[in-house]
Amino acid sequence: TWQVHWRSHGRNYDTELQRCRLEAALVDFGDYHPLKPIMVTDTKTRRGTRKGSTSSSSSSSSSAPPDPLSSMLDGTDPLSMFAAASDLGRRKREKEEEAVGPDFEPWSLKRGEILARFTTTEKLSIVRKATSQGSAVSEKVRTRLEELDDLEEGSQRELLNLSQQDYANRIEELNQSLKEAWSSDQKVKALKIVIQCSKLLSDNSVIQFYPSKFVLITDILDTFGRLVYDRIWTMCSDPRPLPDNFTVEDVNDTAKETCLNWFYKIASIRELLPRLYVEAAILKCNRFLNKSGIQETLPRLTAMVRGIGDPLVAAYARAYLCRVGMEVAPHLKDSLNRNFFDLLGTFRQISSENVRAQLVLQRVEMPEYLTLYSPAISWILQCIAYRAPEGHNLIMRAFRPEFVAARATDFIGMIKDCDEAGFPKHLLFGSLGRSLASADPPESERLTILNEAWKVITKVRSPQDYINCAEIWVEFTCRHFTKREVNTILADIIKHMTPDRAFEDAYPQLQSVIRKILTYFHDFSVLFSMERFLPFLDMFQKDSVRVEVCKSIMEVFIKHQVELTRDPVILNAMLHICKTMHDSVNALTLEDEKRSLALLIIGFIRMVSFGRDFEQQLSFCVEARATFCNLEPVLVQLIHVSLFFYSFITIPSLSSIFSRLSLYLLSGQVALANQCLSQADAFLKAAVSILPEVPRSISVEGKLRSSESFLVDFINSFLATLLVIPDHPEHGVLYLVRGLLNMVQDYTWEDNSDAKVRVYISALPLLAAMSQETYLYSIPKVDSNDTLYGGDPKFLSEINKLCETLIGQILDHLKTLGRDESTRRQGALAFSLFGVLLAHGDLRNNKLSQLAVNLWNLSHKHGCCETRTSVRTLEFIKHQTQQPDMTHLSDMVQRLTLQSRT
Amino acid sequence: MSVTLDIRLKRANKVYLEGETVAGVILLVCKEALQHHGISLSMEGVVNLQLSSKSVGVFEAFYNSVKPIQLISSNIEVAKAGKIPGGKTEIPFEFPLHTKGNKVLYETYHGVFVNIQYTLRCDMKRSLLAKDLSRSCEFIVHCQPQKSKVIPTPVNFTITPDTLQSREKNSLPKFLIRGHLDATNCVISLPLTGEVVVENSDVPIKSIELQLVRVETCGCAEGYARDATEIQNIQIAEGDVCHSLAIPIYMIFPRLFTCPTLETTNFKVVCGLGTAASN
Repeated sequence: TWQVHWRSHGRNYDTELQRCRLEAALVDFGDYHPLKPIMVTDTKTRRGTRKGSTSSSSSSSSSAPPDPLSSMLDGTDPLSMFAAASDLGRRKREKEEEAVGPDFEPWSLKRGEILARFTTTEKLSIVRKATSQGSAVSEKVRTRLEELDDLEEGSQRELLNLSQQDYANRIEELNQSLKEAWSSDQKVKALKIVIQCSKLLSDNSVIQFYPSKFVLITDILDTFGRLVYDRIWTMCSDPRPLPDNFTVEDVNDTAKETCLNWFYKIASIRELLPRLYVEAAILKCNRFLNKSGIQETLPRLTAMVRGIGDPLVAAYARAYLCRVGMEVAPHLKDSLNRNFFDLLGTFRQISSENVRAQLVLQRVEMPEYLTLYSPAISWILQCIAYRAPEGHNLIMRAFRPEFVAARATDFIGMIKDCDEAGFPKHLLFGSLGRSLASADPPESERLTILNEAWKVITKVRSPQDYINCAEIWVEFTCRHFTKREVNTILADIIKHMTPDRAFEDAYPQLQSVIRKILTYFHDFSVLFSMERFLPFLDMFQKDSVRVEVCKSIMEVFIKHQVELTRDPVILNAMLHICKTMHDSVNALTLEDEKRSLALLIIGFIRMVSFGRDFEQQLSFCVEARATFCNLEPVLVQLIHVSLFFYSFITIPSLSSIFSRLSLYLLSGQVALANQCLSQADAFLKAAVSILPEVPRSISVEGKLRSSESFLVDFINSFLATLLVIPDHPEHGVLYLVRGLLNMVQDYTWEDNSDAKVRVYISALPLLAAMSQETYLYSIPKVDSNDTLYGGDPKFLSEINKLCETLIGQILDHLKTLGRDESTRRQGALAFSLFGVLLAHGDLRNNKLSQLAVNLWNLSHKHGCCETRTSVRTLEFIKHQTQQPDMTHLSDMVQRLTLQSRT
Repeated sequence: MSVTLDIRLKRANKVYLEGETVAGVILLVCKEALQHHGISLSMEGVVNLQLSSKSVGVFEAFYNSVKPIQLISSNIEVAKAGKIPGGKTEIPFEFPLHTKGNKVLYETYHGVFVNIQYTLRCDMKRSLLAKDLSRSCEFIVHCQPQKSKVIPTPVNFTITPDTLQSREKNSLPKFLIRGHLDATNCVISLPLTGEVVVENSDVPIKSIELQLVRVETCGCAEGYARDATEIQNIQIAEGDVCHSLAIPIYMIFPRLFTCPTLETTNFKVVCGLGTAASN
């Protein structure tokens, strides 16, 4: 028998379409155009030469250039020049910061942590501290100095009773006005703002807030430092920008003078703290003045901190010095160490009278006061420990989480032994938990650690202390244990937090518990099978917080739930959560908020699937409709979904088989157009599966007629749809096409009918179209097989194999027809197959072109062909040979002969 | 018609030593050509003295200010009467800083009663209808740096209630403060350094401040007038500092308001201590 090697002819649909269109001719309008302005393009301006008077060097700028606009564009315009300069500045900055290396945890990370951790509900005030009395300053000088110190804005002094948020806002305002002052060239005002801000750091009247205040104000100092540095840097950028590793020699005199003036101005700031902070802020500018500037300044500033009496203020000043030191010169370890040892040396200050009195006044307990130091000290230690030689400093290593983790059991023992009076155990366990969250202890000890720790934690009386500590340990538990342990902990938290509605003051911590659980538990069936999870959620009784929590759960659900689900536990819980979100919507809800809620709920509805149980799916939709009636986008989604299910359930009840078929096809197309791929699949599958039921004759308008032509028509339009249906990932390649062809093969066609072969012949163009690089048509937002397979050779060879089988079948049928003497039918079929080969087969393939010639001859053998069709076909082929990639057809066309009817 | 006149010195910091040459350009910017009756440039160095109202009577101080002493003065004609073309015109100039006779070029100094100032002044004479233009610009004169190296002589100090010249000596709380200055004769361009240690104090310290004071003495017919004024006050400690811990003393001299000790002026450093009694 014939062995055919099918190759589809590659098509470029766009160019083919172009070819069908009329050729566009270029119209030459010539030079003349009525709308064109009269323009003289060649002008010669004579520049008047002027007599140079006296010894002056005069540069003339009065001669008018031919076109003012074009001369403006000549050279770089000032805007882009600025942009280029600042861009360079930024790039430079980034590069220099790399000097520290990526293994150094940057300040920006610590920043947020501190702001979140050190908060207050006390009232704050931005008030200038009264200048100390009693120094021998003459009255006149004093007033003058005060005038200098004061900002122009008198409002500065009257800011009392600010809430924490107001305070932060106010500081941000100062930051803005600093930038404004700077950009409007009011450098002195900018400096005054910075001085005022750093003065605030000497005020620790709301001591719990001090670390956060430090963060806020050092932000401003950073801005200032950057502004000054960039300004001086751009002063040197003429004629070309400074190189990254510039030396003092590259800096011009004016820039040096400006820089020096900054330092002089700062050196004359009267108060210690502003002088220290502001000079530290512009530490980097020393690079413009001399090589050793930074090296000399850092130790001096470090020594200067000794003059700060308040230990907390001093500790943070040291932390700031270490920070700028690390940024500018990380290799200068000496002053880092100096800072640390000075810190230890002055530690006795903490128990001084002054501090005690202050704590009493502010009603702050000693342990809490001590925790205020931790960000500053840990930062200083981090700077010192960074790339410190191994074994150089045992004490440093003790602070690394890995070290703590390895010895967690010892630590627990130590903590248990220690005296409750000095430092509450729950704080110690809190720090231990924090370390363990970032480094793992040995596996064998984990359960003991958790048990021991929890024994202590559960005994903590104050709910606030308890939740602070428990929250930290949730991370450890989630990381190493199963839902059982987490569930136990949740139960314990509920038990502690419910009495007296203690949870009301602990929403941030409770939220963080949820966040931690969600990070580790992505399987929602496990999550919701924790008995205590939903009761835990019930503790969020403040509306805004509850919705916040629900949203975060939904986000994780949408992100991590990959498979469709019908798990009743998940569905119930999720419906509950979605309902909570939905019920928070009221008349005042912002559009944006509504939209995001709706998106989350839709995400959930999409993940719900009852498989083939469409009745249940529909009833779910009905329930959802009742629940989410306030969010229109959700309802739209529900209508979409239920539309399909409604159709799916209703279609089988129709009696007319062709109505059923065409409705399935239509619904499938609609589903596809709405990107509901699984539904589309289900519809098309259903259509294929009822094909065998099609009776051979149907009643049309009362008369009994053969159904064959209807069926072939349906199958053809079905095939056309199949082109865009992407393959199901779980079924094989071309699953639906094969399924359809199998049905066609098994169908009991009428005796003596060519219908089956006609279907086969019309399947060939589909397969050829499927092997194109880009398909002829596609549905927006649906990836068809062309994108899915991307012309994968395996996929193409599957198609080719299928085509070969089909052609084999067709040829077999042609042979039987020859035997049966039904030459007319044979000729017609052969001719249509020839047509298909011509249009879709790659006829450069010898065997295929031979087959085409044979088919041509076969169809003309008995002379039952219409000559006119044959002639036109030949003409078409000849026309085709003129196309650049069709020249191979010219060989074939010579072998095709027309047989005149004799 | 607008015209701007400016003097631009070559040195960005405007500091010149005796014997050097003050160089720069006169900058003229105008849109159109400008008629003028001559441009001249003069350099002048003057000591201005004024008597303090404390030393003499108020009216005397007002009327009887001492005559200014001229240190240096010279004048050149930059351009004869003529026209300046439109656009930017730069006219370079140079002045050697040499004194005539035995006069000394003192350092630039801005005090309360004594002022030593050097200025450049450019005048452009114009026709009757247009106003004359003038522009002045200060430049700074420093002495030649000393050739011989000064060997710093450190000095220790101790402050107790007994060492203070105060009437309420006995009512003061007890304290002991030690310290040292690295040098009593300071090089003016270098910072003043030293250390101070609070050994003990009965009451918490609020602030330690460093005060730079100058004493200006003016001579006149009636005798001498002597006045002490504060130049700069810098806080070196704030709050109750750690006892027996050395706190650095560090002060950069404000160059314009300080000068090396001169026959007419001198300066000293006083460490002012704010130990306000705790209530």
